[in-house]
Amino acid sequence: MTNIDPNNQQDGRIVINGELSIYTALELKEKLLAGLSTAEELELDVSGVGEVDAAGLQLLVMAKQQANASGKVLRITGHTPVIIELLDLSGLAGFFGDPLLMVNNSNPEGQSI
Amino acid sequence: MIPDEYLQTFVVECRELLEQMEDALLIVEQAADAPEIINAIFRAAHTIKGSAGMFGLDSVVTFTHAVESVLDRVRSGEVAMTSVLVGLFIKAHDHLKVLIDHVAEGSQLPSEIDSQGQRLIGELGAYLNKTGADQAESAIPAVHRAKVEREHSDAVGSDHWHISLRFGPDVFRNGMDPFSFVRCLSSLGRIVHLETLIDAIPAAEDMDPETCYLGFEISFSSNADKVAIDSIFNFVRSDCLIRILPPRSNADEYRRLIQELPEQEMRLGEILVKCGTLTPEELAGILRFQAEQHDRPQRPIGEVLVEQQLVRSPVIEAALEKQKQIKDNKKNEANLIRVDADKLDELINLVGELIIAGAGTNLIARRAKMADLIESTATLSRLVEEVRDSALALRMVQIGGTFNRFQRVVRDVSKELGKDINLVISGAETELDKTVVEKIGDPLTHLVRNAMDHGIEAAELRLARGKPAQGTLKLNAYHDAGSIVIEVSDDGGGLNKDKILAKAIERGLVTEAANLTDQEIYNLIFEAGFSTAEAVSNLSGRGVGMDVVRRNIHALRGSVDLDSAEGLGSTIRIRLPLTLAIINGFMVGVGNATYIIPLDMVVECIELKAWAGDEGDGHYLNLRGEVLPYQRMRDHFEVEDGAKVQRENVVVVRYGGRKAGLVVDRLMGEFQTVIKPLGKLFKGEKSIGGFTILGTGEVALIVDVPGLMGQIEHERALGEVAVASVSR
Repeated sequence: MTNIDPNNQQDGRIVINGELSIYTALELKEKLLAGLSTAEELELDVSGVGEVDAAGLQLLVMAKQQANASGKVLRITGHTPVIIELLDLSGLAGFFGDPLLMVNNSNPEGQSI
Repeated sequence: MIPDEYLQTFVVECRELLEQMEDALLIVEQAADAPEIINAIFRAAHTIKGSAGMFGLDSVVTFTHAVESVLDRVRSGEVAMTSVLVGLFIKAHDHLKVLIDHVAEGSQLPSEIDSQGQRLIGELGAYLNKTGADQAESAIPAVHRAKVEREHSDAVGSDHWHISLRFGPDVFRNGMDPFSFVRCLSSLGRIVHLETLIDAIPAAEDMDPETCYLGFEISFSSNADKVAIDSIFNFVRSDCLIRILPPRSNADEYRRLIQELPEQEMRLGEILVKCGTLTPEELAGILRFQAEQHDRPQRPIGEVLVEQQLVRSPVIEAALEKQKQIKDNKKNEANLIRVDADKLDELINLVGELIIAGAGTNLIARRAKMADLIESTATLSRLVEEVRDSALALRMVQIGGTFNRFQRVVRDVSKELGKDINLVISGAETELDKTVVEKIGDPLTHLVRNAMDHGIEAAELRLARGKPAQGTLKLNAYHDAGSIVIEVSDDGGGLNKDKILAKAIERGLVTEAANLTDQEIYNLIFEAGFSTAEAVSNLSGRGVGMDVVRRNIHALRGSVDLDSAEGLGSTIRIRLPLTLAIINGFMVGVGNATYIIPLDMVVECIELKAWAGDEGDGHYLNLRGEVLPYQRMRDHFEVEDGAKVQRENVVVVRYGGRKAGLVVDRLMGEFQTVIKPLGKLFKGEKSIGGFTILGTGEVALIVDVPGLMGQIEHERALGEVAVASVSR
């Protein structure tokens, strides 16, 4: 059930571990919005996500929309297979526009939005 | 991932579906060719499979799939629904029931059950292999693990199904993931294009992360039929707007779809494209046209579309009307909720306490002689009474469900006995308390089996007696004077009076001298250890049974009696109180004690002296020409305290067609009575049914009228026998 790793927390970067689902959505929403309010560019590292459901996906959409609305940049990195599968299924990969690489947080530079 | 309570819902729904399936199978057995019934069976099986797939219950999915495949063949007419096949389906149904029971308990499947399942799958497979063409299709679908295949295509092809889904806000909270339905869908065919609608997600601050805002527009290629596709969504049906358009639907159906889509933010044009009414090219053209008309900036797109004659105006009107429709739809959905029975019991208990507390307040108000307070407590008691009635009504269920279970019992027992028996059910909508319904099942089963085994004769004998070969068993229920009456009647041989009497004398239950009415003789069969059956079958006839039936029914404060006409059949009548918890009582005083008589049974109150006069033996009075036996409660309960009153009153009570008078000292009026059971110590006391607490905190005993009447009659009979033997 752990989701945000406090040890790996810095401005402009949020690491989500474990579940990205209905069980963690409430908590994550706060963190995501807090992250977006302080940084101009936010990187969302999801490489530790083992389970994702529609509520999780919906939350990511919300964050992306919020970033777009306030002229900020939200990048999602480190897509795990479960996330890729869901993005693929939902047809929302284009909406996020993040490159779907199964790499863990290698180099945030050079990734397009 | 799915919490236990949803598994419970699944189990409850499965059991309901299995009941429907059983009922349908029994109908099919009677009238072989009924396509809509076979469809119902198929749907039930399919829904179970779909839901089980969502829970990852492989054993259930595998087995149901086999059943469903054969049912599909039956539906398409490739396999005939023979009685042998119906028998097999009934066995399959029983097996599924066992599987679901194991799911409910969370226990491992014993190997013998598993092998039985394999055997049934094998038997079912025999029906599939007749052509062998679609062997591949009979492979078990891995519903919950299907890999999704997706392909982009430019046109929303009319060769594909179009499925529109709008999930309700509570879908997540109900433990469901919209994508699991999509994954299920891919087990039936190929998802050509899926559009996830995120338009409904509100801005960040208004967004509740636990509310579902999602919707899907799916273009789907499949050879499955609409029922099969539709049934995937059974589990979410109450919580989701689902519209399925078959390939090559006509314009009207698209129009209806627009009407039904709840999208509010999305612009009309986009909806029309999604519905396939317009192609994206056509829409792009319209948008250009709108941009050129810059001087009239806010023209609604719908108007433009009509002007361009791209869509007919009814389509637009339909689209514009949709918002109003959504509101109407919301009102209609979910009129039923499931409630834990324990919660209802708790409510009834609380209402009981409320009534007792209310009675106390009432008493204090009267003692204080404050008119205002008396008035307000009167209003309060009326309201409490209404609350009581509606709380009790919550627990009322129709007896039809219990009756319908007997279709199966009758089928199985008549097969076993080799008799052709038809079950006729009437009064199925009669309501009674849930706790009573639960407890009546066993005694009723016994009576039904008894009637089939001993009551209805073998076909040859029936024909010889000039009756139709097919025997008829009737179950009937109706309300009568605060009780519910359940009748089990057969058109069989009836009871042999002489045989019963001879047996009773042989067993020493009655003396030869006793002059019994027919009714009394028939009711002897309810005595312990009484059986007139010549042959003991494995169903009945061992002499245990009828007395158990009577004891069970007495435990429910009910009674049972029997009518019979030799050669024509017999009817067993069970009378039960409507509720076991709270009644309207009539309070009477005897000496210093207070007694409660159930108000439903009170016919009238008269003054003893005015009717009895001085003549007579103190046992009967002449009530407007009618002979009314009466008894002094003072004598019956051996009350010695308190002065004898000048004016004794008679409460005339009626039960099951008989009347009797109870002589009491005082009439104290109506009283809301919460029935509390008596302890074990008083088990032998037949004339007291329970006790209640009065407003003063005193205890009043509740008179069990049938028990009291029975006891008085018994004592009189003993007295008469004694008199007879003395005079001899």
